[in-house]
Amino acid sequence: MPNLIEAVYFLTAFLFIMGLRRMSHPATARQGIVWAGVAMLLAVAVTFLWPGLRNHGLMLLAIAIGGGVAWVLAGRVAMTDMPQMVAVYNGMGGGAAGAIAAVELLRGEVVGLGFVALAVLGGLIGAVSFSGSLIAFAKLQRLLRERPIVFPAQQGVNLTVLAGALLLGALLLGTPSPATIGLFFLAALAFGVLMTLPIGGADMPVVISLYNALTGLAVAFEGFAINNMAMIVAGTVVGAAGTLLTQLMAKAMNRSLANVLFGAFGAEEESAG
Amino acid sequence: MSEFWAALYIVLLAGFTGYEVIRRVPVILHTPLMSGSNFIHGIVLVGAMVVLGYADTPAERAIGFLGVLLGAANAAGGYAVTARMLEMFERRKEG
Repeated sequence: MPNLIEAVYFLTAFLFIMGLRRMSHPATARQGIVWAGVAMLLAVAVTFLWPGLRNHGLMLLAIAIGGGVAWVLAGRVAMTDMPQMVAVYNGMGGGAAGAIAAVELLRGEVVGLGFVALAVLGGLIGAVSFSGSLIAFAKLQRLLRERPIVFPAQQGVNLTVLAGALLLGALLLGTPSPATIGLFFLAALAFGVLMTLPIGGADMPVVISLYNALTGLAVAFEGFAINNMAMIVAGTVVGAAGTLLTQLMAKAMNRSLANVLFGAFGAEEESAG
Repeated sequence: MSEFWAALYIVLLAGFTGYEVIRRVPVILHTPLMSGSNFIHGIVLVGAMVVLGYADTPAERAIGFLGVLLGAANAAGGYAVTARMLEMFERRKEG
């Protein structure tokens, strides 16, 4: 059975790459998502056969609720609201990577310092992508002010929170307590919020693309932590493709990525846009 | 250690693949492609399922359940949004 599962994961990785390739050409773009979709269905179906797994009922319930709600909502929203839907679903992926990290750290079953570090880093990136994507959604949906939200000493606060998250993450490399794990994720989530607040609504597509690349990276890191090849390959492909795509999108707007991310800080000429 | 290095080579090759696949994409496909790659990292669902499948304590089960729920939303929502975007794109091309 493990051989069958690994074979299907291999096929999934192949179909994902071919699907992405087709999606990057106008004439074949629609086939591309179908190929990737078939691959996803195969991978999920075969995972139920994984030896020694329990809680199948919970799995089905979670897939039915999460997948069902997302599917219905994605079909209903107006086409103009699509970018924020991408943000939400991307954030969900980041949150899932964070959840994997949290459980693995609680269980303490990841072997080897390098792999624990990847699990922690993936959790950090996933949590930042989760809360950051939700803020991006809230801004585009006008639940929050679209203009950059700035406050005094913002950069200092942001850096302090990031440093705190990294420090707590370093503590997790030893023998983590549940409290440390909780604080670590709180700090990571807070940083995602703080990082996205000062970015204006017009720049959001670039930021969503950045979070998309980050989620890919988080998924790849968690793939290392739980030894899942499909996650490693698919996550890395998305991490690389997403990074390039982010740069291309920034370039198409005649901006640099740094300018998009930090433009609100101390740049008076930026506040007009 | 050799397994670690094998994994590192896989990352190198997969990263290069991702880069090359996207390199010459036209500007109109930027957003659909972002959405498509968003769907692809929905594979995180599979990892979340395994983690939930091995969960013992109520806390592990709760977080694992949340992980599967979020992963499923990523995969299902990501697919539906991308399919809708590409559908519109094709119609516009024909018209």
